Amino acid sequence: MSSQYPALIVAVPLLAGLLVFIAGWVNKKWCFPIAVAALGISAYSSIGLLFRVINEGVIVYKMGGWDPPMGIAYYVDHLNGLVLVVVSVVAFLNAIASKRSIEDEFPDNIGAFYSLYVLMVTGLLGIVVTGDAFNLYVLLEIAALTGYGLIAMGGGRGPLSALNYLYMGTIGACFYLLGIGYLYIMTGSLNMVDIARILPDLYQSKAVMAAFIICMVGVWIKMAFFPLHAWLPNAYTYAPSASSSLVAPLVTKVMIYVMIRLILTVFTPEFSFNILAVSQPIVWLAVIAIVMGALLALKERNLKKMLTYIIVAEVGYMVGGAWLGNRVGMTGAILHIVNDALMTLCVFMAVGNIVYKVKGADFEDLQGLFRKMPFTMGAFVVGAMSMIGVPPTCGFFSKWYLISGAIQAGHYGFMVALVFSSLVNVVLFFRIFEICYYEPFSDDHGHGDEHGHHPEPAMDEAPVTMLVPLFVIAVILVLVGLYTGDIVNQIIDVAIPKGLV
Amino acid sequence: METIVSIKPLLAVLVSLMVVPILASSRAPNVREAWTFVAAGVKFLIVLSMLPIILKGTEIVYTIAEFVPGAAIQFRVDAFGMLFALVSSSLWIVTTAYSIGYMRALKEHSQTRYFVFFAVALSATVGVAFSANLLTMYLFYEMLSFATYPLVTHHQDKEARSSGRKYLLYIVGTSIGLVLPAMLICYNLTGTLEFGKQGFMAGAGASKGLIGLLMVMLVFGFAKAAIMPFHSWLPAAMVAPTPVSALLHAVAVVKVGVFSVVRVITCVFGTNLLLSLDLGTIIVFAASVTILVGSFIALSQDGLKRMLAFSTIAQLSYVVLGVGLLSPKGMTGGMVHIAMHAFGKITLFFCAGAIFVATGKKNMSDMVGIGRRMPITMTAFFIGALSIIGMPPCGGFISKWYLVLGALQAHQIPVLVVLLFSSLLNAAYFMPFVYRAFFCKPEEAMFEDTIKEAPPFCVVPLVVTAIISIILLFYPQPFVRLASMMVQSITGA
Amino acid sequence: MADIVSTVVANYNYWIYITLMMIGLYAIIAKNNLVKKIVGMNIFQTAIILFYVSIGVKKGATIPILEHAHGGHGYGVVHAAEYANPLPHVLMLTAIVVGVATLGVALALAIRVYNEYNTLEEDEILAQIREE
Repeated sequence: MSSQYPALIVAVPLLAGLLVFIAGWVNKKWCFPIAVAALGISAYSSIGLLFRVINEGVIVYKMGGWDPPMGIAYYVDHLNGLVLVVVSVVAFLNAIASKRSIEDEFPDNIGAFYSLYVLMVTGLLGIVVTGDAFNLYVLLEIAALTGYGLIAMGGGRGPLSALNYLYMGTIGACFYLLGIGYLYIMTGSLNMVDIARILPDLYQSKAVMAAFIICMVGVWIKMAFFPLHAWLPNAYTYAPSASSSLVAPLVTKVMIYVMIRLILTVFTPEFSFNILAVSQPIVWLAVIAIVMGALLALKERNLKKMLTYIIVAEVGYMVGGAWLGNRVGMTGAILHIVNDALMTLCVFMAVGNIVYKVKGADFEDLQGLFRKMPFTMGAFVVGAMSMIGVPPTCGFFSKWYLISGAIQAGHYGFMVALVFSSLVNVVLFFRIFEICYYEPFSDDHGHGDEHGHHPEPAMDEAPVTMLVPLFVIAVILVLVGLYTGDIVNQIIDVAIPKGLV
Repeated sequence: METIVSIKPLLAVLVSLMVVPILASSRAPNVREAWTFVAAGVKFLIVLSMLPIILKGTEIVYTIAEFVPGAAIQFRVDAFGMLFALVSSSLWIVTTAYSIGYMRALKEHSQTRYFVFFAVALSATVGVAFSANLLTMYLFYEMLSFATYPLVTHHQDKEARSSGRKYLLYIVGTSIGLVLPAMLICYNLTGTLEFGKQGFMAGAGASKGLIGLLMVMLVFGFAKAAIMPFHSWLPAAMVAPTPVSALLHAVAVVKVGVFSVVRVITCVFGTNLLLSLDLGTIIVFAASVTILVGSFIALSQDGLKRMLAFSTIAQLSYVVLGVGLLSPKGMTGGMVHIAMHAFGKITLFFCAGAIFVATGKKNMSDMVGIGRRMPITMTAFFIGALSIIGMPPCGGFISKWYLVLGALQAHQIPVLVVLLFSSLLNAAYFMPFVYRAFFCKPEEAMFEDTIKEAPPFCVVPLVVTAIISIILLFYPQPFVRLASMMVQSITGA
Repeated sequence: MADIVSTVVANYNYWIYITLMMIGLYAIIAKNNLVKKIVGMNIFQTAIILFYVSIGVKKGATIPILEHAHGGHGYGVVHAAEYANPLPHVLMLTAIVVGVATLGVALALAIRVYNEYNTLEEDEILAQIREE
């Protein structure tokens, strides 16, 4: 059983996707249990797999027993073992949490929704687990196509935003495919390990450099790296809560993983950082991404949209960290994949709860929320602290590595950008807290007998099924923070090749 | 230095966090407040139980998690941390009693939230006291910033919001904008953040300019110390309920600030390094300016709490000044002043609150003749004021004495002048008010000639702290002992 | 000059795919009608497919089916140069499927957009959104 984990992780949700769709026709009640069971098996397998990788080292799984480079091989090492766990756990928790809001928002399309949901997770897990460059493209498109569907389910401006996302997403994927085509011309292989084996002799080739750059551009479009981010804010804002809390934490982060995989495994750090010599400009681009993401977030008056711009800034963190070209920065980028996925899930789940109860996420809708929904807001505060980077939540520790990396690389611009974005996050989140905490203002705030007559809205909290996963993720944020040392030493440090210092 | 591993520091930090769920869930005020007392008492006892060990010269260590070498979440109880923990945990008990009286008398809303965040703030305070390295200190420092925000803005009106903004802007802005980068640069220079008795930056081999820059970033970055120009959050934070102000000024926030600054000077850079680079002067200069300017502004205030706030700004810089002198006596004086000022200032704030509870007055010009109406309160106020001025029979005399000796030891005559002149200023802003409260002409008095004090829950705590302020003159142990132990281990003398 | 011309001519497949790509990109960016954008996107994808197909081609090679495979000589020696490279072609089967799926989803979304705004012209839609 456990030797089949790599296949199970992808195969179970794939089959479940079909099953759920059929179940949707027969009896809608079956959709949720099937989907959650499949995601649960995925999560369980990926955790099992990660521990096996930690104990035994890299696991190679040959699909159908065909040897690479002819067959498709799944390689699970420390890097994607970790990302697998994040993806599957996030998807699992969100599936449980969003049950009520799905029933609420589109009762007629439950089958279709869960089918898309599970297929999207399949695609994302596949991207992470596969060791074949072309296979990655196909899975990329599976994840993307289902993602468009999930975003468009919200109605309103959802379909239009999804369509714009689709244009950009397709261009991004095509660029990636084109880059892989050039690599194939040069190496005659599509297997990542195989390509990496052949490439070193070709590092001076212009075609290989072009392939690398084209792949990077494709991946950047897909991860919404500023200024290629234009599709993201609307798509994530107008998606239904259940979709946005799946898409927002995972898609950009998985694309960062792909970028790091290309840098570390397909190419080598030696090629990416030294031969190509484009690290400096890319880190400066990341600086611009961080600053612009932060500034654009400031002007938004809708909580969900504000958070989407924070995602744009966070993408800058990770791209910058990865391209600093040193071990610490790379550690920070990989750690931030984990942390950012978790904290984005936390805040988006909280927003989901708020939208479920208040039917909106504009700033005016948030008044008095600390009274109305104290538990949801409690978890939201934890998520916000993590995004600001307050210890002991995990966001602080990845920021630590990123800033350390910037200092070691002598790139003080990146350090300043990170600090600046933390400060802007303080402003952003405390503006939300202020609205939830102070408003609506009472007419009379004098002392004496009249004192304390605040208009106190009655408590109106989201259902328990939405709260429990939210609390779980909030606790995970702190635990991951406290166990950062173990995660870095046992997983991330092993995942980064020795050559990178 | 002998060390033992014990979970006690962690317990001392966590005990107030552990009652939070009980506080938050209980609907009955009596149960809630009883639990706060239990937590405060237990916390004090745990701290106290470590005192003999520390006095023997042993240090207590406990590690929670190490995430990179040299930067762990770790506790280490030394003499200086013990001093601060003693002050804050003992004063929490008194403040709790006072809070009950004050909050109930004014029928404040959201008292549950108030007690919950009070408990969290105290956890953070003791956490700062027991931190073994800069990272842990930063962790608890930030935790304190965010835990005190709902306390400062308790009234939830527009005024509270704008003060809250100012509070966050200064406190969090400096800690993220200055301390965080400085901390990381230090770490990347030395590979450790562990507080050392000679300072872990001593062997970094960085240039004087870089060390100076880092020192400025760290000293000013811990803006809870309210060194000018990062002081104006403190008067703004006066919108908070009075027990919170007392907590801010005497127990937790500002003391955490100066504590952190002292730690930075002594344990991050080390006295030898700063002496050899002659960087103490910057600190002394900033502190002297703060003392004088703060005192002058206090002189011009009419709001009692605002006047006390500026007085606090000035007094905090005594601590920074003493340690910045880098002479053994000066450092001892600075550290002892943390304790002495705490007891004196908390008395003053309790009195201000008691007057507000009993009469609803906030401005000193409306309080002429208050001494006849509230003699106990005003007597306590007088004692507290004496302690701040630094006159016998109060504890403040001891710390000021050490500070003067320290200035002489460091051959800093201008500092001596600053100290003496500011004492005059202290007297100038306290004494006229006290005088007019007791000895005004009958026709000037604004109150009837009947004694009407605040509720006992308000009065008893302020009497207790006033008495302690006096006792501290005669038994300044263990504070002086702890401070001189710390100074000995720093200077090696 | 002659060199450049001959290089350009020799690599004409690249020039065609790049031209197609740019046409597609232009349509996506500049066209106002959503369906035209979708067509542009499809042209863009097709350009990549053309690129892949063209790189599998060899001069004088035939379709990749082994001659004499079932003859008396057994499998014999296979000369790779005699056959077109089948792998890019196979890959493109998948890519075509992906392209068709994308087109389907895009058109479905366009219908949803049309139902919402009663138009497919982008400027009219944006005007409606602004009015809200």
